[in-house]
Amino acid sequence: MTRHLPALIIVIPLLSALVTSGSGWFNQKAPFRIAVSALLLSLLCAVLMLIQVVTTGIAMEYRMAGWAGPMGIVYVIDHLSAIVLVVITSVSCLNLVAQRKNIHAEFKDKQGAFNALYVLFTAGLIGMTATGDAFNLYVLLEIVSLSGYALIGLGNTRAPLATLNYLFLGTIGATFYLLGVGYLYIATGTLNMAELTTMIPKLMDSGVILFAFIICVTGLFVKMALFPVHGWLPDAYSQATPAAAGLIAPLTTKVTVYILIRICMTVFTPEYTFDHLDISGFIVLVAVVTIVFGSLSALAQKNVKKMLTYIIIAEVGYMVGGFFLGNRLGISGAILHIINDAAMTLALFLAAGIFIWKTGGESRSDLKGLFAKMPFTMAGFVLAALSVVGVPPTCGFFSKWYLISGGVQAGNYLFVAALIFSSLVNAVLFFRLFEIAYFEPFGEDEDHAHGHGNSHGSHHHVGALAIKEAPLDMLVPFLAACMALIVLGLYSGTIITNIIQFAIPTGVI
Amino acid sequence: MPMETVFSVKPFLAVLVSLIAIPGIISSRSQNIRESWTFAAAGIKLVLVLSMLPLVLNKGVVEYTVFQVFPNLGITFRVDAFGMLFALVASSLWIVTSIYSIGYMRSLDEHSQTRYFCFFAVALSATIGVAFSANLLTMYLFYEMLSLATYPLVTHHQDKEARSSGRKYLFYILGGSIGFALPAMLITYHFTGTLDFTGHGVMAGHVTSGTALVLSLMFLFGFAKVGIMPMHSWLPAAMVAPTPVSALLHAVAVVKVGAFSVVRVFTGIVGTGVLADYNISLVVCVIASFTVIVASMIALSQDELKRRLAFSTIGQLSYIVLGVALLSKSGMTGGMLHIAMHAFGKITLFFCAGAIFCATGIKYISKMKGIGRRMPITMTAFLIGSLSVVGLPPCGGFISKWYLVLGTIEAGHIAFLFVLLSSSFLNAAYFFPVFYNAFFCSPEEMLFEDKVNEAPLWCVVPLVITAGISVVLFFYPQPFLNLAKLAVQNVLGG
Repeated sequence: MTRHLPALIIVIPLLSALVTSGSGWFNQKAPFRIAVSALLLSLLCAVLMLIQVVTTGIAMEYRMAGWAGPMGIVYVIDHLSAIVLVVITSVSCLNLVAQRKNIHAEFKDKQGAFNALYVLFTAGLIGMTATGDAFNLYVLLEIVSLSGYALIGLGNTRAPLATLNYLFLGTIGATFYLLGVGYLYIATGTLNMAELTTMIPKLMDSGVILFAFIICVTGLFVKMALFPVHGWLPDAYSQATPAAAGLIAPLTTKVTVYILIRICMTVFTPEYTFDHLDISGFIVLVAVVTIVFGSLSALAQKNVKKMLTYIIIAEVGYMVGGFFLGNRLGISGAILHIINDAAMTLALFLAAGIFIWKTGGESRSDLKGLFAKMPFTMAGFVLAALSVVGVPPTCGFFSKWYLISGGVQAGNYLFVAALIFSSLVNAVLFFRLFEIAYFEPFGEDEDHAHGHGNSHGSHHHVGALAIKEAPLDMLVPFLAACMALIVLGLYSGTIITNIIQFAIPTGVI
Repeated sequence: MPMETVFSVKPFLAVLVSLIAIPGIISSRSQNIRESWTFAAAGIKLVLVLSMLPLVLNKGVVEYTVFQVFPNLGITFRVDAFGMLFALVASSLWIVTSIYSIGYMRSLDEHSQTRYFCFFAVALSATIGVAFSANLLTMYLFYEMLSLATYPLVTHHQDKEARSSGRKYLFYILGGSIGFALPAMLITYHFTGTLDFTGHGVMAGHVTSGTALVLSLMFLFGFAKVGIMPMHSWLPAAMVAPTPVSALLHAVAVVKVGAFSVVRVFTGIVGTGVLADYNISLVVCVIASFTVIVASMIALSQDELKRRLAFSTIGQLSYIVLGVALLSKSGMTGGMLHIAMHAFGKITLFFCAGAIFCATGIKYISKMKGIGRRMPITMTAFLIGSLSVVGLPPCGGFISKWYLVLGTIEAGHIAFLFVLLSSSFLNAAYFFPVFYNAFFCSPEEMLFEDKVNEAPLWCVVPLVITAGISVVLFFYPQPFLNLAKLAVQNVLGG
């Protein structure tokens, strides 16, 4: 049974995606139930595999349909992919549960289609993470992209245009990647990652390999929205419905960063990426620009969701920059940030979903008075925001801890400065929201805000704003995501020493 | 030096107790039940702190690791003499301030009192957390927690002024800690491989003189709660808070957390050896002296009583930094002692300012002519508080200033002696006119009826208590003095 887990984790959601779309015709509630149970099973598989990989210390290999590599497709679950799989499945599952009401309200008779796309998208991400085959990765990347375009296109009236934009750039990115894989195949004659690893050292000076590397990585940069090829992301993510945004925003860029790390470390080997090629410095510089640009653009946004999307771009800069520092601390930070940023982004988008559900608006000014109306939601939102700012003991602090340490070790103080700058900007961004939620509408009248959210009868001014919290089935998953931020923070040392440490080749110091 | 290390959960409990009380505070049905939660938490906190005092006075330390985040670094508490000194001040004054809060908040009929008491409790947890931190990571965690817990207290009124002051507050406090202290901490960790506070610091032998200087200054300005110029202007702005907040947080807890953090980092991380060898201490002394003098001069020109007190606090905080940076035995003792002595004096003054506001609604000194006839108890306490802050007998402030002055001579820096003396003169110049105008004015100038009409009892009793303690500390400074001496012994040896 355990042996088949790598297959089950993707087969279950893939097949249930088909069932889900049909079931909507028979029963309104069935698609949601099937989707949630499929994702829960995937989550279970992911957790079991993580436990097995951590306890045995050996990567799991699975040959699809019994065909051995390099001809057949091999799925490899090592420390790195195991932890990312847990992240994908848990984020996807939690978001779906949290968004039940949203989905119901928005897609009434199209719930089957939405849930099917949702599960298909997740299955694609799972496959991308688990596969040990460079071409299979491309196939799954396209599954993710196509279902992603559809999910985003289902958003508001402007979503189709944003999707088209995304589709153009996304296709270019995917094609670049495919082209790179083609060149690799020409030079080596294989698509199996494990086999590629053994061949690269002999071909280090090959121009074909160099071109393959550059074009692969460039394609991935487009897919993860690194500056200056980020243009598609803000519109696409902010026009999507909350349910879709809550899935796509936390996962897509993070999984693409994972693919980047996988390609650079497993396929091209760290020696090639960091030592042989002299591009790390340049890419870190690009990452720094991405961080600064993302942060500053976020400052200019009035729409909360759009602001969050620019924060995502800045965070992509964190991870890419951290990885290309090329030292153990920086790479650990980048991998840790994949986990942490997925959790943070999920929490933020769930919060945004709740705000939209309750207030109907997406603009900053729609947050007025929310501390009084929804104290629990706002408490969670504050926690998530503090994590993005990087305040201990939330997880955002600890990934920053590693990233900054990596920057200091590499002597790259520019990167350190960019991280600090971005933290400060994030503080401004979120406290600007808190101010609106806390001071308005009270700020205008001078005779003090009597009756501010004091519902306990201890005060004789009856609250003008009664507590009107979000529905429990939105609030509970959201608060669970927020608690995860603290748990991840406290256990970040454990995650590093037990998992991430083994994900980085021993050659990297 | 025999050092007994006891592993006990007590420090963690002392931190936690006020957090545990919060659900109680929120769910209470009446004001009185809610406030009894605060008192219960404050009482238990003080008892827990006191229960560790005998051990610490016997040169022991109490240790407790809450969570091992990294293999060699975790969220760890370690109670030593210096931490005990600060925790004792903060936890005992919390009780007094809670009494005062009831009087002040209820008589002014403030809104959102539940929120107020909640965040007060969080702030106290964070304060004790800083006092008992065993390493820089733990300290940073609680430092940030305090910054954030204080924000809703500073902006309690939720009006335009509160909003802009809140911004200023965050700009300096969060900006400082994220912009300077955080990178300094990580760079230190990179060079030394540890963030534990030790007796002699951890930097020696790991960093060059330039790096040490830059890191020291990053810490000094990064812990902006200490209010070293130019990172000071959040404090006057924060005076929009209700007066009990200004009293406990902006005269004791928050600002002293800043001073405590700076002193702790200078002694436990940078190390006195590095400070002396690379002449960093002299740079710090000069910066602190500048703040002492300039803040006192600005205080002279403030007409709003609370703002005058705020600038006075800025100056007095730099005494602590100056004293410790002198690196002489008496200077360090004086600096550490000043944390306690100034706390009792200054909190009295704030209590008085609040009592005046409660009783008359007056904030400005120029409108307080003759107020002594109306509020004799309050204004007498004000006199005692000012004497203590100026550093005159029979008040506790004299003792710490005495040691500070001795310290300058011991260190051989007579220039700083003049700084201290001229600052005392300035302190007198901005405090005594308040008192003088309150009592001695001609009947025509008098702005109040000649009839005693004090603030509510809940307001008056606390300020009498703290004024009393200020006097008592002159005669019996032992608990704090011994702790300070022990703390200096840990740092300087011998």
